[in-house]
Amino acid sequence: MNEVAFRLPIIAGVLVTLLTLSALLIWLERRLLGFWQERYGPNRVGPFGLLQSVADMIKIFMKEDWVPPFADKAVFVIAPAVIIVTVLMSFAVVPFTPSIVVADLNIGLLFFLAMSSLSAYSVVLAGWASNNKYSLLGGLRASAQMLSYEVFMGLSLMGVVMLAGSFNLGDIVEAQRDLWFCIPQILGFIIFLIAGLAETKRIPFDIPEAEAELVAGFHTEYSGMKFGMFFVGEYLGIILISAMITVLFFGGWQGPWLPPAIWFSIKTFLFICLFILLRAALPRLRFDQLMAFGWKVMLPLALVNLTVTGALVLAGHPSK
Amino acid sequence: MTGAFYLAALVAAVSTGLAITSLNAVHALLYLIVSFLAVAVVFFIFGAPFIAMLEIIIYAGAIMVLFVFVVMMLNLGRRAIEQEAGWLTPRMWIGPSILSATLLGELLYLFGSGILSQAGGITVQTPKQVSVVLLGPYLIGIELASMLLLPGLVGAYHLGRRLNSEDA
Repeated sequence: MNEVAFRLPIIAGVLVTLLTLSALLIWLERRLLGFWQERYGPNRVGPFGLLQSVADMIKIFMKEDWVPPFADKAVFVIAPAVIIVTVLMSFAVVPFTPSIVVADLNIGLLFFLAMSSLSAYSVVLAGWASNNKYSLLGGLRASAQMLSYEVFMGLSLMGVVMLAGSFNLGDIVEAQRDLWFCIPQILGFIIFLIAGLAETKRIPFDIPEAEAELVAGFHTEYSGMKFGMFFVGEYLGIILISAMITVLFFGGWQGPWLPPAIWFSIKTFLFICLFILLRAALPRLRFDQLMAFGWKVMLPLALVNLTVTGALVLAGHPSK
Repeated sequence: MTGAFYLAALVAAVSTGLAITSLNAVHALLYLIVSFLAVAVVFFIFGAPFIAMLEIIIYAGAIMVLFVFVVMMLNLGRRAIEQEAGWLTPRMWIGPSILSATLLGELLYLFGSGILSQAGGITVQTPKQVSVVLLGPYLIGIELASMLLLPGLVGAYHLGRRLNSEDA
């Protein structure tokens, strides 16, 4: 019971920080996109437009929360909750600093993969429950995309697991004391970055909601805070993937002089900015290109990475 | 711990029942997914976190998404629900009930005979221990499974290939 009482402040702190950050990301993304496209972006509400997130949130809370009469009501309501729940659950295993971690599981990495595979349901169910052809097409595309990209997302991480010898994320960070895994696992890092982009359904992988062809894809029928939950879920997903890249490939909290929490925040922030830069820089892929790229390029590369890493690890331990 | 187990087991049993009785195919699949998640919790409580995660990743996360995908593509409407309602007559329950009752009787007999309670305390099995057993004494099972999967892969490729004559 004592341990639960000790964990509660951590859980509350992580939750509050994440939800605030995901709201602030709305501002950050618009501002950075503006910067890279040679315009100002939101700069009217508050200093540097910082209160834009508050204005957006007030607006989205005030909107009518409408459930279409032709929708499957129960599933329609559950779908946006699924993405928030699964992404927030994944944060439970992320070690922010040596002491700030909600659940120090010995299967932490697998837990992350399990939650990310469950988050696919959110989009699929939203597309189906809306009972709208555009939503359904968006849902179908999303399920095909997320299933395909999950396969080598998991495979790309197994190199890290082999080098660290553990599924525990804290142990993985400790194993990077001398050398960050982004150097021996450069291929794994690139594959994970691309798979992470696809899992969060960001440009160039935002085909499930391609507005040029599908209105808004799976969330066409959603309004008000239910739409807002998909939006927050997407931003939480970006934070999660950035945090995971930091933990798995860039030494997590480790770094000289500054305290661990600061190092973790800096690294994660840089990857969040990279995600936004990719949105500003890249066009959307076509669906057949996306599937062919996943199965014909990324999967073989992930398998090669797995084999080579395994061979090298074995060669380093001739006694076993 | 015991309370958590009974709660998870209750959820698993109820959702499995609902998966069988719901007429809407997608709702049935969703209840089945909940059932898988509940079973994963049971595994976790009994010291097998690795198996619990595999249950979620493979069954709930991959296989069921494929099921939902196919059901969505078929886009079953109200007609399918009526058809299902027609199939779920009281007579349909007789066969499965006899089979389940046999299993239930067997389970109750085992509980009563006290064999199960001799199993001892719960020990947590780490991924390493599972792997050592899997790639040690049970290596032949893995090899057989991989042999089974390879023809499946080749077969899928064969069915999905593009014929040159059609390709104009």
